Amino acid sequence: MNKQVKNVEEALVGIEDGMTLMLGGFGLCGIPENSIAQLVKLNVKNLTCISNNAGVDDFGLGLLLQGKQIKKMISSYVGENAEFERQMLSGELEVDLIPQGSLAERCRAGGAGIPAFFTPAGYGTEVAEGKEVRIFNGKPHILESALTADFAIVKAWKGDTEGNLVFKGTARNFNPMMAMAGKITIAEVEELVPAGELDPNFIHTPGIFVQRIFKGEKFEKRIEQRTVRTK
Amino acid sequence: MALDKVGIAKRIAQELRDGWYVNLGIGIPTLVANYIPEGIEVEFQSENGILGMGPFPFEGEEDADLINAGKQTITATKGAVFFDSATSFAMIRGQHVQLTVLGAMEVSQNGDIANWKIPGKMVKGMGGAMDLVASAENIIVAMMHSNKEGESKILKKCSLPLTGVGCVKKVVTELAVLEIKDGKFHLIERAPGVSVEEIKSKTEGDLVVPDFVPEMVF
Repeated sequence: MNKQVKNVEEALVGIEDGMTLMLGGFGLCGIPENSIAQLVKLNVKNLTCISNNAGVDDFGLGLLLQGKQIKKMISSYVGENAEFERQMLSGELEVDLIPQGSLAERCRAGGAGIPAFFTPAGYGTEVAEGKEVRIFNGKPHILESALTADFAIVKAWKGDTEGNLVFKGTARNFNPMMAMAGKITIAEVEELVPAGELDPNFIHTPGIFVQRIFKGEKFEKRIEQRTVRTK
Repeated sequence: MALDKVGIAKRIAQELRDGWYVNLGIGIPTLVANYIPEGIEVEFQSENGILGMGPFPFEGEEDADLINAGKQTITATKGAVFFDSATSFAMIRGQHVQLTVLGAMEVSQNGDIANWKIPGKMVKGMGGAMDLVASAENIIVAMMHSNKEGESKILKKCSLPLTGVGCVKKVVTELAVLEIKDGKFHLIERAPGVSVEEIKSKTEGDLVVPDFVPEMVF
């Protein structure tokens, strides 16, 4: 099964206005940079984006916000992006803020055929509004539903032509679950190798979840908070 | 003298026990990692997918693929492991982490906490906070006793949107260590040189004060 496509242009064929996209990454770590740049070029609009964060003003999803391409964001934390907060407070941007653990599990459930599950996170808060509550082990839990997307765009360190993926460090984060939950999953990788080169014991995401894989042309890998200690 | 951020972190670090897995929230809680008491071993979990979070790297050794929940560059200790976000929150929700330390804007006397939204002004999002407070057995809040306008943040009832209900058991501020029991705050310790009167005056919630309140020991 050869899932390899030539480049980012081929990889993103079929993404249209109004679609729901999942984008991997935590902050700027593990984001599919090349795909985001291509989405800006394509100027697709009215997108619903499911991503833990919204990038910073001039990088990551912040670029799509600058171009007013996003109609709705589903995220857990958007604090690093002033333009995002502005668009949200002014009503230009619809935002669903959901607990990070629930976001992760909703994506996993979406890919795993679990339509809904109960979690204690958010009980007693705004997040619980309108949701069914049930008691388990004497503790209240709220019902959360699975999330899926028309396209899931993930970033991995290495991948093979079967779509098997290996992640590096904390760049893994949401990528594996989003890879499962996309109707079509696009993986951009730093290194693309032929099938057989990756040890089956050390693959993080099986290629069955991935429909298209390409080697990203370049990765800036911007650091949001360069924090060091002195010798 | 009221404590500074480092003082609050140092006092919270005294609560660490050998063999614990600990999650530290952004802000003051991250400083706790710098003051682990002698002779004990703890492992720090970061919600974005690392167990075995180490100190900040030396200059020139920063790795863009190795960050903490506050998006700062970090290192990994020997024996560290990386995993995805669903696994990370399985550790948190499944109560495999012994201690959670996080900040707050308001805490109420029945243990409610608000730390993610000021309506109309600041809506950064809750991140992992709701999962952490809903699941953790052991939560310590690091916060300032009152805000910049001098209004108490230790309240009868939270006015801001809640992060969690009835979940906070211990609070450390620049003035005091408080415990929450039976719907009231209990004054456990005072910061060195800080009077009980000052603490009472800055606490809007119901505060139980024993006859003798020891000072924090550093």
